[in-house]
Amino acid sequence: MGLAKRIIPCLDVNAGRVVKGVNFVGLRDAGDPVEIARRYDREGADELTFLDITASSDQRDLILPIIEAVASEVFIPLTVGGGVREVNDVRRLLNAGADKVSINTTAVNNPQIVADAASRFGSQCIVVAIDAKANEAGRWEVYTHGGRNATGLDAIEWAIKMQNLGAGEILLTSMDKDGTKSGFNIPLTRAVSDAVSIPVIASGGVGTLQHLADGVIEGHADAVLAASIFHFGEYTIHEAKLHMLQNGIEVRL
Amino acid sequence: MAANVDIAVIDYGMGNLRSVSKALEHVAPAASVVVTADPQVILDAGRVVFPGVGAMGDCMAELKQRGLIDVVKQAAASKPFLGICLGMQMLFEHSEEGDAAGLGILPGRVLRFPDEAMYDNRHNRLKVPHMGWNEVHQAVPHPLWSGITDGARFYFVHSYYVEAGNPDMVSAFSLYPFPFTCAVAANNIFAVQFHPEKSQAAGLTLLGNFVTWDGNIAPNQCDTFNTECSL
Repeated sequence: MGLAKRIIPCLDVNAGRVVKGVNFVGLRDAGDPVEIARRYDREGADELTFLDITASSDQRDLILPIIEAVASEVFIPLTVGGGVREVNDVRRLLNAGADKVSINTTAVNNPQIVADAASRFGSQCIVVAIDAKANEAGRWEVYTHGGRNATGLDAIEWAIKMQNLGAGEILLTSMDKDGTKSGFNIPLTRAVSDAVSIPVIASGGVGTLQHLADGVIEGHADAVLAASIFHFGEYTIHEAKLHMLQNGIEVRL
Repeated sequence: MAANVDIAVIDYGMGNLRSVSKALEHVAPAASVVVTADPQVILDAGRVVFPGVGAMGDCMAELKQRGLIDVVKQAAASKPFLGICLGMQMLFEHSEEGDAAGLGILPGRVLRFPDEAMYDNRHNRLKVPHMGWNEVHQAVPHPLWSGITDGARFYFVHSYYVEAGNPDMVSAFSLYPFPFTCAVAANNIFAVQFHPEKSQAAGLTLLGNFVTWDGNIAPNQCDTFNTECSL
């Protein structure tokens, strides 16, 4: 037996609280981030991802004490993203206790930040988050600013470029699927995962446990990320792992 | 004894050592844990942790610039010493990563996972870095494996692995897809490719074993040939 496929609960944090939206809008409160992190750790989460979706930059510092609190009692990898504008932001998040930092909009505006951060802190801690949306050409376009701005970039080409600049992992979200509970965008996930040699985390659209298994088996994802099915108590992480195991997927139990 | 620290985590400016020190504080709340580049603090510490991320050539350059090469060698020769990730790889002679020399404390070399071998039994491509939770198969008993199930999963993130020059020092291996050495033991040195500080219960158990380890390789009050041994 070898490497397990990872299940990663995602905590969207807005001004210090965990929230969940549908198609990037309509936020609903889901609780205290430290308490939720603790519960996911107990249930066997393989990693935790925090996305800081706070709009104003001064309030965004509220994520730092949360990460510090989680890191002092939860000993699994923690990824933090949202609002990373410069290499110094990466450093601040790592110093607060993050193990990986996810970069999205800034990577599009200034791809060099990915190379700079990877060379300074190591590729293992640089995740590039890609929000992708289907276009008329039957391909997928990269969006930024939480899904508001089209960039004209092709998601597959962009993933390859980010890998070549030093990203250690890709967090791939389908904007068409996010919040819909209709399953991952399998063609997108598979196309990106097959195009790069670094791990790809599938995100956006999970509504059932079978969706998680499909992301790995059909989408070739190395890890699957979900939020609302875990936050609101529909399923535990452990149930998700058992379901993946029943589908022949190697998991950590 | 008073002023000496119990556990020194060697800081040579590569990456974030907070996770390592937090986990050590968690398993040894009464111990003094310092993250330091001070040669004297390291040499006076009761035990030493040598972590590391990034490229081996960069790490060696940082160690050299801080005057820590001989300090690491002395610590590795004299007290309970735990290498983690790149801190394991650097103990060896050479790395393919940038054709860099290591510290040469242990015989062996560091190789990249070869592209042509990275397929699973269903012919799916295996990603590099090897990132996530893999099973750690214990090759021989060691005090640091105490209380850890053989085959327990630990968290890995690396693209290079150690090929030990002496098979007797291999303490554990993992499969990706071929068996590679993920832990070595040599006298007072124990070194792991995975991250115990990020490996939840199993990792904390290993760190807890390290902070009480006397630096002897045989399990306490027990030797590996004694079948009555209950450890």
